[in-house]
Amino acid sequence: MRFFVSVDNLSVRFEAAKPVHAVNGVSFDLAEGEVLGLLGESGSGKSVTLRALMRLHPDKVTRYGGAIRVDGQDVLGMAPTALDSFRGKTCAMVFQDPILAFDPVYSLGRQISETIRRHEAVDQATARARAVELLERVQVPSARRRYDAYPHEVSGGMRQRAMIALALACRPRLLLADEPTTALDATVQIQVLLLLRELQKEMGMSVIFVTHDIGVAAEISDRLAVMYGGRIIEQGPLAEVMREPSHPYTQGLLASTVTAGMRGRRLEAIPGMPPDLTALPPGCAFAPRCGLAVDACRAAAPLPVSAGGRQVACVRAAFPGTTKIPRPARDDTAHADHQTSLISLPVPEGPRC
Amino acid sequence: MLGYLLKRLTYTVPITLAVTVVCFLLVHIAPGDPLNAVAPADAPAEVVEALKAAYGFDRPLPVQYAKWLGRAVAGDLGRSVATGRPVAGEVLSAVGNTLLLAVVGGAAGFLGGTLLGCLAGYFHKTRIDRVASAISVVGVSVPHYWLGLLLTIIFSARLNWLPAMGAGPGGSGNWTWDLAHARHLVLPAITLSVIPMGIITRTVRALVAEVLSQEFVQALRAKGLRDGQVFTHVAKNVAPTALAVMGVQLGYLIGGSILVETVFAWPGTGFLLNIAIFQRDLPLLQGAILVLCLVFVGLNLLVDLIQPFIDPRMRRN
Repeated sequence: MRFFVSVDNLSVRFEAAKPVHAVNGVSFDLAEGEVLGLLGESGSGKSVTLRALMRLHPDKVTRYGGAIRVDGQDVLGMAPTALDSFRGKTCAMVFQDPILAFDPVYSLGRQISETIRRHEAVDQATARARAVELLERVQVPSARRRYDAYPHEVSGGMRQRAMIALALACRPRLLLADEPTTALDATVQIQVLLLLRELQKEMGMSVIFVTHDIGVAAEISDRLAVMYGGRIIEQGPLAEVMREPSHPYTQGLLASTVTAGMRGRRLEAIPGMPPDLTALPPGCAFAPRCGLAVDACRAAAPLPVSAGGRQVACVRAAFPGTTKIPRPARDDTAHADHQTSLISLPVPEGPRC
Repeated sequence: MLGYLLKRLTYTVPITLAVTVVCFLLVHIAPGDPLNAVAPADAPAEVVEALKAAYGFDRPLPVQYAKWLGRAVAGDLGRSVATGRPVAGEVLSAVGNTLLLAVVGGAAGFLGGTLLGCLAGYFHKTRIDRVASAISVVGVSVPHYWLGLLLTIIFSARLNWLPAMGAGPGGSGNWTWDLAHARHLVLPAITLSVIPMGIITRTVRALVAEVLSQEFVQALRAKGLRDGQVFTHVAKNVAPTALAVMGVQLGYLIGGSILVETVFAWPGTGFLLNIAIFQRDLPLLQGAILVLCLVFVGLNLLVDLIQPFIDPRMRRN
């Protein structure tokens, strides 16, 4: 099977007095129309991975390794002009904070029509009409008037909708979403999330969705990849990873989620701090915080092991059906799902943990 | 928008009034009696009294001020003590000459500064940046009368390429646009352009580097915009602040540089002020300062009025 997006052993290093090893051997594949949730805490390398897919990091200080192929094109080897045409046309990005991602001195509509005119030979009037249409499609009220509004004149939710309209302006086949709901109010978050899911289905785009919020990831993804210390430590179909996490870190993450019926009980937490990307340990980056770590974990970074569409990089991990590893103890009344958003999760029913 | 313009216009009224008060009081704050310049120290008392009455110095200050202001509004700034010619005419012709020098020197400085600043900001923390920043530091720090003298020695005395003095052949004060006059403009304009060049370089460098580090520049690249298109966005973000700084600099330039104009004997306001101070020609001094202050106020107003056309964030509040 040929995948639409194929990332092979990607590494990203930022040159500095102490080089930052932000991404260290990330591999994943994504089919057309599939949504990948890239989950991880701050500094896990999820946003760096996402921006590397467009080669957005400053050329001067960034060293890439491995390979990225999108729609058969070699992103890391592309000539600058080909890269400019690829950006915004084949592949577009929704940024985390639209107030920072819009140019403050250009009107919202102008920034959308500018993108259209960059990639398609249309005149200003046509581009304007298309931009208004897009604004209407993302449910911006009185879109014609909002076309001329400046970013500081509309609300946060409206700005993010406009940002989505901008990203979709040239009907990209791959949408990169960098925590697009993090800067928004909880209620607006859900609206934007639902809108994104709807547009994804309608346009059949592939989406890579970066988030630190399990609830959000569960809401939108088909597949889930969990990142830690610049590596994907576990990936697989969303429901399976949520139901039976294999990696101790994923288990810890799921265990530390607030669920229904937990009032009065202490929240599980993963002890310790995220790793320092300028001085990663030679072994598994999670080993210093892992209760199950053995000498083998600290000796060398574990290679990912695949089985049945799932993949995990852990010496101690076991897939369902093979040897079980002890899971962090959880109250057995905590049968409730890992629901953190207000809308229901597409997680199949069944016993958890 | 209209409200902002009106408000900004209204603000200039008290500022202008304050300026006239200060200019008027200058004569009375300055050490020594204003009559010292006219009457000899041993003049008989009745002569002094007669002079006082003639100049109106025997009236209370507010009355003097009102009369002076009334005449100033009508364009009458009195007569020069030294030459006896009307101050208004002297000052206006000097302002014309200084304006010419300021606009040409300022344009050169702003152009060079913008260019260097963009280069330095775009290639932030590279060798290009360091060279451009070094030029700007030298530009700001070098004493420009010294630079003026140096240029005169090299290009006038040694090489004999350009004239060293005056605003035209034969010391004529009447400017015309021809090569003979333009040759006189070159050295003073270059000398004058050095400081604004340095300041604009520093300002633009900092602004460009700051804008380039913002997230939206990455977003513009993510849309597939080419370098030139991205730069248009950067320029539009940098322009309001850069223009404000240029406005202030142009204000200083139009104020006239006493040192540069004296070095090149350029018949502008700086040169005029120099003469007025040394000859204790108080009406001339007063008139010149008043006109310069008003020019400064007007220029700041102009900059403030232009800004909202460039920066949409200033339009609706």
